[in-house]
Amino acid sequence: MEFFRIKRDIPFMRHALIFNVISVITFLVAVVSLATKGLNLGVDFTGGTVMEVSYAQAPDVNKIRESLTKLGFADAAVQTFGTSRDVLIRLPVKQGLTSAQLSEQVMIELRKGSDTVQMRRVEFVGPQVGSELIENGALALLFVSLGIVAYLALRFEWKFGVAAIIANLHDVVIILGFFSLFQWDFSLTVLAAVLAILGYSVNESVVVFDRIRENFRKMRRASVTTIIDNAITRTMSRTIITHGSTQLMVTSMLFFGGEALHYFALALTIGICFGIYSSVLVASPIVMWLRVSREDLVKPEKKTEIGAAI
Amino acid sequence: MNRYPLWRYLIIGFALIISVVYTLPNFFGEVPAVQISSLKATARIDTPVMELVEKTLKANAIQLDGIFTDPNSIKVRFKDTDTQLKAKDVLEQALNPDRESPSFILALNLISDSPKWFNAINSLPMYLGLDLRGGIHFLLQVDLKAAFNKRLDGQVAYIRNALREKKIPYTGIAREGQAVFVKFRDADTRDRAQREIERVAPDFALKTAEEVGEFRIVATLTPQAQAETQKSAIEQNITTLRNRVNELGVAEPIIQQQGADRIVVQLPGVQDTARAKDILGRTATLEIRMVEAHASDPAARDYDPAKIDAAVKGNIPFGTELFYERRGPTAEPLLVSKQVVITGERLTKAAPTFDQRDQRPVVAIELDGQGARLMRDATRDSIKRRMAVLLIEKGKPEVITAPVIQDQLGGSFQITGSKSPREASDLALLLRAGALAAPMDIIEERTVGPSLGAENIRIGFHSTWIGFAAVSAFMVAYYLMFGLISIVALAINVFFLIALLSMLQATLTLPGMAGIALTVGMAIDANVLINERIREELRNGNTPQAAIHAGYDRAWGTIIDSNITTLIAGVMLFLLGSGPVKGFAVVLCLGIGTSIFSAVMVSRGIVNLYYGRRRRLESLSIGQIWKPGAEVKEKA
Repeated sequence: MEFFRIKRDIPFMRHALIFNVISVITFLVAVVSLATKGLNLGVDFTGGTVMEVSYAQAPDVNKIRESLTKLGFADAAVQTFGTSRDVLIRLPVKQGLTSAQLSEQVMIELRKGSDTVQMRRVEFVGPQVGSELIENGALALLFVSLGIVAYLALRFEWKFGVAAIIANLHDVVIILGFFSLFQWDFSLTVLAAVLAILGYSVNESVVVFDRIRENFRKMRRASVTTIIDNAITRTMSRTIITHGSTQLMVTSMLFFGGEALHYFALALTIGICFGIYSSVLVASPIVMWLRVSREDLVKPEKKTEIGAAI
Repeated sequence: MNRYPLWRYLIIGFALIISVVYTLPNFFGEVPAVQISSLKATARIDTPVMELVEKTLKANAIQLDGIFTDPNSIKVRFKDTDTQLKAKDVLEQALNPDRESPSFILALNLISDSPKWFNAINSLPMYLGLDLRGGIHFLLQVDLKAAFNKRLDGQVAYIRNALREKKIPYTGIAREGQAVFVKFRDADTRDRAQREIERVAPDFALKTAEEVGEFRIVATLTPQAQAETQKSAIEQNITTLRNRVNELGVAEPIIQQQGADRIVVQLPGVQDTARAKDILGRTATLEIRMVEAHASDPAARDYDPAKIDAAVKGNIPFGTELFYERRGPTAEPLLVSKQVVITGERLTKAAPTFDQRDQRPVVAIELDGQGARLMRDATRDSIKRRMAVLLIEKGKPEVITAPVIQDQLGGSFQITGSKSPREASDLALLLRAGALAAPMDIIEERTVGPSLGAENIRIGFHSTWIGFAAVSAFMVAYYLMFGLISIVALAINVFFLIALLSMLQATLTLPGMAGIALTVGMAIDANVLINERIREELRNGNTPQAAIHAGYDRAWGTIIDSNITTLIAGVMLFLLGSGPVKGFAVVLCLGIGTSIFSAVMVSRGIVNLYYGRRRRLESLSIGQIWKPGAEVKEKA
């Protein structure tokens, strides 16, 4: 079995402009959505309390809301998730009440409505912890980006590092854009998925860059465009297959991983799909436009030594 | 050319054996056990206790399945739950003869059913996080400012007394924020005072300042004193929390400092949040009272065996209470006054140290200003009397020590009589355990019910398994023999990963399980890279052996590159992430290491073993190799 039977190199770079226009449009949609709608930050970041309770029979959500209003939580969000018997309750941070008292009060009130109600999970995050987590998340994003640029600059050339990180940060913004557009719950695990994707999809750029370097050595007469086209065409089979198999695992998580892993897997899925596209079809044109040349990569060894001595 | 030297096979074989040994305990399941840990600093988990446990079980004809000790607990394994429950009752009676004040805590636990020698080499199952086993997680913030203020307030009174004693006149002394200001009329008095304060309060950094007609000393805690106060405040809070958690009968509680001023409390298996929070938030009190009669030390005042005898028989004089001091080998009865001299709130420091004269272990005590005055008044006429220190928890008082007063006591004094440094540090801990050194707030709470935990394990296992099967099916269909080899290498990779996680006893969380699945998905990347390279070499007309060699060789650089970028992300997540995310990061980082090893070393090893020895290898079972231009011929 062989999926890819490509006779000639596909002229990707001739259409570079089209890919970049597509990218810019998706990117702008994501940015606009992030700017206007913002992210639906989970309790990890905003602080507050989330309770998961389950009933033997499907409960009346409005009744639950009523009992919460009685307790003074008019702004509580109540929704079913997974099955109709599982209910998720979100309560904002309330001054002067510790989480302990809060969740107990709610449970007592809910038990009045039905004896079958069972507490499955309580999460309380204080506001100071939430803002710290946002800060740490942003820091992690920054350091991962810097680390990757530094590594690629060391391994290849700064132009490649910059191109790869632009391509992959564009992925990150698009993932965030999806979460903003559909108002999916953005939790700490989703952030972890985003960062893992950042590290993972740089792989693709690395593989293509590796080929570009190899081609610069082998195809001495060829133009930069031909070299890049050839590199992308020859690595395409591998790119699709590896991403496909990673996606197989992630799909399994998406469908069988339950509520807890759902958004984690969703972020990974978007990241993998856009990762294929961006690290190949966004990073390579950027490299081209940064005017990468043979001299950047295939440096005569002696010359650099003399240069260093001076 | 595709042969490995023997040592490479040995490395692979060795790694495989080790990983199998450390992975196995995860598959044995769990058996019921009783876990015994100490409830008091005075009751130690040591060999006599272990002997007592064994003897008790033997006397009651209860079959035990194994007994394990670690520094903090003894775990006794049993065949079934009935035996476990019976054993717990029997041991409870033997170890805690006094129901009112138990010395040991006995908790029902589940431990791995692996053969005993696994335990001997520290081969334990993976440590499951709270989201997988259910339980409560708290993050508490310690208010260090309050601890500093308390310490400073204590020092204010202390300095005031020192100046009064030396008859150095001052016009004012007060704490403002994190500093103590002392005001004087003239520079001369101030300098005298400065020398005196330096002598009595070495914990202060002193600065002088002058304003119109006013000479001041500004005293702040030295960085060392601050660090020390902070350390002891956190330590004391942790001790207090530990004592309280022990009452809950949790098998493996975790109480740890996190960062500069936070404490994590994890209670696996605890469901009753309300009770847990209630107990954690409770305050115990410490009281110092005078002993009215005792029967052990004729040299001390109030030596009155007759009165004690009468009291033990039930004739307790008015205004006194009968208590037993439990620190010695035998409980000593004491008649203690109902009048309280000072309470634990007056205590600012209790630390083990050594007597400056004879180097014996002692406990150094510091009281705040009011405490010092009360103590001075109470001890002025009580030299050679005994003083009882009572710890009152849940309304039950207990005498933790009853030393003889040797001198008039003030703001700082020592309790001697400890036989070893360890005894002194225990006593210091007990003295401090009464109260929290600084108030704490719960700033994070995560509770996971047991059913949800079990469900999470099932879900995590399921999704990994299904994904693995799908990837395997694809790899074998697409790359045939080489696909099969890749899958074997991938399975070995999972083994390595689980073995490493078990060895390091890293906490496995649900995101961690997702990390294992993701690692499998990403690890296949390296195999695909290699296989594609080999196909390409074959396409270019290389011989099979040369293609294998070149394929592995050329793929190596790419594999390293692509994994290092993921590793960068993993390390950052580990450093900056918290809780479950940290678990994910650990798995991600370890998984990268194991997948490089298994994709490169192990799969190459298998390939070499299978193909390497064949001289005339015509073709490889790696799926169809399509060559541009060959299509016409194939069809014809």
